[in-house]
Amino acid sequence: MHILQLVGIGLTATVLVSVLRPHAPQFAMMVGLLAGIVLLVAVVQNMHSVIKTLTDLSAAANVNQGFMATVLRIIGIAYIVEFAAQVARDAKEGALAGKIELAGKVGIVILALPIITGVIDSLVRMLP
Amino acid sequence: MTPEIRAIFQIAGIGFLVAILHTILKQSGKEEFANWTTFVGFVAVFVIVIGYVDHLYSEIQRVFLQM
Repeated sequence: MHILQLVGIGLTATVLVSVLRPHAPQFAMMVGLLAGIVLLVAVVQNMHSVIKTLTDLSAAANVNQGFMATVLRIIGIAYIVEFAAQVARDAKEGALAGKIELAGKVGIVILALPIITGVIDSLVRMLP
Repeated sequence: MTPEIRAIFQIAGIGFLVAILHTILKQSGKEEFANWTTFVGFVAVFVIVIGYVDHLYSEIQRVFLQM
């Protein structure tokens, strides 16, 4: 989607939320959530071509494709966890937002374990 | 006007409508009806938003889990 369109959606949603918040806070939260979803979907769709180029480059450079897939998954987790945590924080649920972020961090560490062991393996092989 | 933008305005409209209905019903002493109206409106909005959350998840899976 066009950048002006995205900014327009964001501004419109901001106005709607700030008008709606004193009268019906739960609906204001829903409008904010939906606007965030629309913006994030547009961003992710734009990102598709970037990621395709990156994977093509890594394939040309003979990088391990499994590692590349792991990195992409970690980026995806980071985006979606950040989004959910911000929605929770927007609804004044800071504790819940912290837990969502903790879940994301643990998921990232679990995904990154094979890479860490790969680094340690190659280090051990380099040592005499 | 894409469907997403229409949905944003739809939800805001439902929110305003429910807020007005809530006030009117409360003023006329029908507290029970007022609460039920808010609840039903919230469920309707929730159903709309859940569809878009599903769309977001499938989109993220398509982009980041392609390999």
